[in-house]
Amino acid sequence: MNQHATRFGSLKHYEKGGVEVINDDARNYVFSNVFEVASRAKPFEKVAVGKNIEYVIEAIRIEGTSGWRAPAQDEFALVMDGEVEIRLLKLERPGVVPAGAKGSIALIGTPAGRKMGVVRARRGHMTLLPVGAAYQFQATHPGVVLLQTLASEDTVERWSDICQTTPRPTA
Amino acid sequence: MDIIGSIEPNQHGYRTFTLGSFGFSRDEYFAHVTWPKGHHMLPVDAFLRALQRDIAWGFFYGIVNFDQVVGTMNHYGSVDLFAGRFNDHYRRAKLDHTERFQTPLIQRVFEAMLDDWTNAGFDPFASPQETGSAFGPKNGSNKEAITRHRVTARRMIGAPGDEPVRSDDNGFPINRHFLDVPQDTPEVLPEPGFEDEIVSFNLFAYLSRSDVTWNPSIVSVCKASLYCPTTEEYILPVIHGNDRVEWFVQLSDEIQWEVEDRETGAVRARVTMKAGDVAAMPADIRHRGFSPKRSMLLVWENASPELPALYASGKMPPTPVQF
Repeated sequence: MNQHATRFGSLKHYEKGGVEVINDDARNYVFSNVFEVASRAKPFEKVAVGKNIEYVIEAIRIEGTSGWRAPAQDEFALVMDGEVEIRLLKLERPGVVPAGAKGSIALIGTPAGRKMGVVRARRGHMTLLPVGAAYQFQATHPGVVLLQTLASEDTVERWSDICQTTPRPTA
Repeated sequence: MDIIGSIEPNQHGYRTFTLGSFGFSRDEYFAHVTWPKGHHMLPVDAFLRALQRDIAWGFFYGIVNFDQVVGTMNHYGSVDLFAGRFNDHYRRAKLDHTERFQTPLIQRVFEAMLDDWTNAGFDPFASPQETGSAFGPKNGSNKEAITRHRVTARRMIGAPGDEPVRSDDNGFPINRHFLDVPQDTPEVLPEPGFEDEIVSFNLFAYLSRSDVTWNPSIVSVCKASLYCPTTEEYILPVIHGNDRVEWFVQLSDEIQWEVEDRETGAVRARVTMKAGDVAAMPADIRHRGFSPKRSMLLVWENASPELPALYASGKMPPTPVQF
C-alpha cells in the first residue's frame, strides 16, 4: 500500500495556505494561489502571479480557443490542470514581433506560416513555445497554464485582488 | 599540488582543515569551527548537508547559513566565510568574524572537507530516511553521492542537445513518496520537418524521479528567468539569506517556511504553502523550509548579475511588487 498520497491542486479542488505575520506585512510575500486566480479570471486573461523586475509568471485560464500569440523569446507553458491542446506554427514573417518586444504579442487572425504541429498536454506537462513561432491554446474544459515569460502589455496585474493583505489567512 | 588539510588524521580518522584564520575539525558526532574570537559546533550530519549544497550550488544566490552562526555569502567571484555575521547577539558582542576568499580556494577546501568527512553510506543530498548515518569514526567515503551531476538545462529539459528526461533506464526510479504521480507523456504530434522543434515533457514525472532533496536545478530558461524546481523532504539543510527576490510556486503537497530578518535572525513570518500557492521571498529575509512529505517546489530565480548591487544599494525595494 502506498502510504504517501501526493496532493496536487485543481480548479475544482484546491486548498490554500497563507502568511502568518509575526513582525511584517503580509503583502511583502505577494501570496496567491494559481487555481483561485484562474477560477476568477476570464478565459486567456494573462494574470501575473509572480513578478521579478521584467519577468513574470502568468496564470492563464484555458477555456475554448485562444487567439494566436507570438513570443519575443522562448516561453514555457506548464499545465497545472486540465487538458490543453497547444498548436504551433512557424511564422512566415517573424518580423511581426517588433524588435525589442518582450513577452509575447497578440496576432490578428491566423498568421501566415507552416504548421509545426500540436501538443496535447495534461497536468504537469511543460511545453516550449519557441521564439519564431506562433501558438494557440485550446481546451474543451477549463484548464490552467502557468506561463514563464516577460511582462507584456497584455499582462494583467491586480495584486490587491489576488494576494493576501491581512496578517492571517482568511478562511 | 597544494596540500589542503592536515596530512595525518585525528583520533577519529578525519583530517582537519584551515581556511584563513578559520579552522575545521570533526569528531564522531560534531563539526567544530574555530575563528580568532570564538568557536562553534554543529551536528556533523547537518554540517555535511549544508556543505554539500553550498558546494553544489556554487555558493548560491546570496547567503548560505549553515545554522544561526556559520555560513557563506556569495560575491560571485569571491565568497565571505563568516561566523556570527548574521547573528544579532554575536554582532552586539563583537564576536563575529568574516574573511573573504577567492571562490576557487574556498571551493577546493570545502570539497576536500566534504570528501574526507562523508562516510560510506551517508548521502548528504538524500532525505534522512533514504540514507545511512553520518556519525562515527572514519568509515570509507561516498564520492559518487557527493559529486552528482547538477542539472542545468540551457533551454529546456528534453530539448535537442539539452538535459535528458529521467527514467528507470537512466537510473532514476520513481521516489517512494511519489509512486502515485502519473507518468504519462504529452502527446507530441509534429509535422514533417519539425520533429526537433516541438518539445514537451512531463515535469511532474521528472520531479517524481529526483534522487535528491532541497537541490534546485534548472529545467527551463527564459533569458535570465530560471525555473529551478526541486523536491523537498524534511528540513532545508541551510537557512537561505536572499540577495534578491526569489519566488516559490508549490506544485504539490505542503511546505511551511520560517522567515527571519536576513541581518539579525529576528522572526518575521511563517508562510504555509499548499499546491498551487505562490509566494515571494523578499530580498531582505532568510528562510528555512519544512516539508513533512516529499513535495514538489518550483523555485523561480532571476539570475541577472546586477541585482545584488541594486538591492544592497537600496535602489530596488526588497519586495517585488508594491500594492
